[in-house]
Amino acid sequence: MPDLLEIRDLHKRYGETEVLKGVDCDMAKGDVVCVIGSSGSGKTTMLRCINMLEEFQGGTIRIDGQVIGYDVVEGRRRRKKEAEVARQRALTGMAFQQFNLFPHMTATGNVTLGLVKVKKMAKEEARGLAEQWLDRVGLLSRKDHYPGQLSGGQQQRVAIARAIAMNPKLMLFDEVTSALDPELVNEVLQVIKDLARDGMSMLIVTHEMRFAYEVANRVIFMSQGRIGEEGDPREMFVKPRTERLAEFLKNSTFH
Amino acid sequence: MPVELLAFFDQLWLARFPLLRGLGLTVAISSLAIVAGTLLGVFVGLALTYGARPLRWIVRGYTDFVRGTPVLVLILASFYVLSTVGLHLNAFQAGVLALAVFCSSHVGEIVRGALLAIPAGQTEAAKAIGLTFRQTFIYVLIPQAIRQILPTWVNTAAEMVKASTLLSIIGVGELLLSTQEIISRNFMSLHFYFFAGLLYFAVNFAIERFGNYVERKTSLPT
Repeated sequence: MPDLLEIRDLHKRYGETEVLKGVDCDMAKGDVVCVIGSSGSGKTTMLRCINMLEEFQGGTIRIDGQVIGYDVVEGRRRRKKEAEVARQRALTGMAFQQFNLFPHMTATGNVTLGLVKVKKMAKEEARGLAEQWLDRVGLLSRKDHYPGQLSGGQQQRVAIARAIAMNPKLMLFDEVTSALDPELVNEVLQVIKDLARDGMSMLIVTHEMRFAYEVANRVIFMSQGRIGEEGDPREMFVKPRTERLAEFLKNSTFH
Repeated sequence: MPVELLAFFDQLWLARFPLLRGLGLTVAISSLAIVAGTLLGVFVGLALTYGARPLRWIVRGYTDFVRGTPVLVLILASFYVLSTVGLHLNAFQAGVLALAVFCSSHVGEIVRGALLAIPAGQTEAAKAIGLTFRQTFIYVLIPQAIRQILPTWVNTAAEMVKASTLLSIIGVGELLLSTQEIISRNFMSLHFYFFAGLLYFAVNFAIERFGNYVERKTSLPT
């Protein structure tokens, strides 16, 4: 059975600086994988390569068997056409650190845009589905509010609903609680935990160690553009095999 | 009422048709220049923001050149110079062309500024749900850019109305030139220039009110 996500020897450079130095990663359907590591270790970059928000210079990424972003024609690597890249991006859903809700649309409008324009769903049907998901994240009563009228935590939950409603095969979370006030973090983490319970496949970059410990069935520790260590959080967090992870965990707070 | 004022109203009544024609022409010239300049300016802004390198350089050269040139020179050039290369425009056409070109370079910069001011996260979020660039532009970027553009655009539109007075130089009978012609008959320069000033103010005030209205209508609740 093909993996849901298969990353092989991923290399990414910004000019002279190599930020990903050969990353491999596999995920099966239903996996919840948390990526931890200090800033600059390449966690976010890896996530952004998966949905082609970043170009990458070497290696392959496959989602559900499809090669993402590039074709190899006569030995030369060529970026796929924009329309194809756009179509492949819909295989994944992404939630961002800064929420990035569209400020000129209501909560419902944010969720239905992709459904109507990308999935070509009828407006009524899209609205029904949007309300269903807004209800799931506990915000049905706020469906006609604009992002500016919502708290950070509420905005992030709408952003998650917007991504999930597109029915992606894999959800990517990029430090979704980092921009939130501490008292708003839990409502967002709770939404993600609920999704995990429903069997959603998720790749989560996070600084919340307690959350990673609770929700992940596998944790990847990234360090200096490589995967430093990976495994079951119950073993990794208790008994880190590498010096680097031990050091990182020592400086992290569990709350 | 002082005799002088009575005389002015007398003359004003006599001059009502030339004045109205002048006002009408001023409004027509300004509207045409603003509409054409804005349409062209949107493309200029797009080219400046997203254009491939050679195109971007050409358009950058165009805007810098136009913005660095006095409007009066643009007007004279489009009236006198274009005819030397076989493009014969009458004064009205040449004037509208010059103002539209001038307007487009300003609108181009406004559009570019507004597009660049939208956080990159907006485009990324749109990409992440699978929107193509065209869809992102139409549904995500434009609605946000318009709200940014509006206040400055109103300003530019008012500038165009004021710049239209310069067409009097090449003999377009807009409000200023008709006022001057009226004054040459009755020598009441103070009164009629003041009156023309009031009319210009009225036009620009209307533009500003309209801008405020649209701004209010499109503002987002917080």
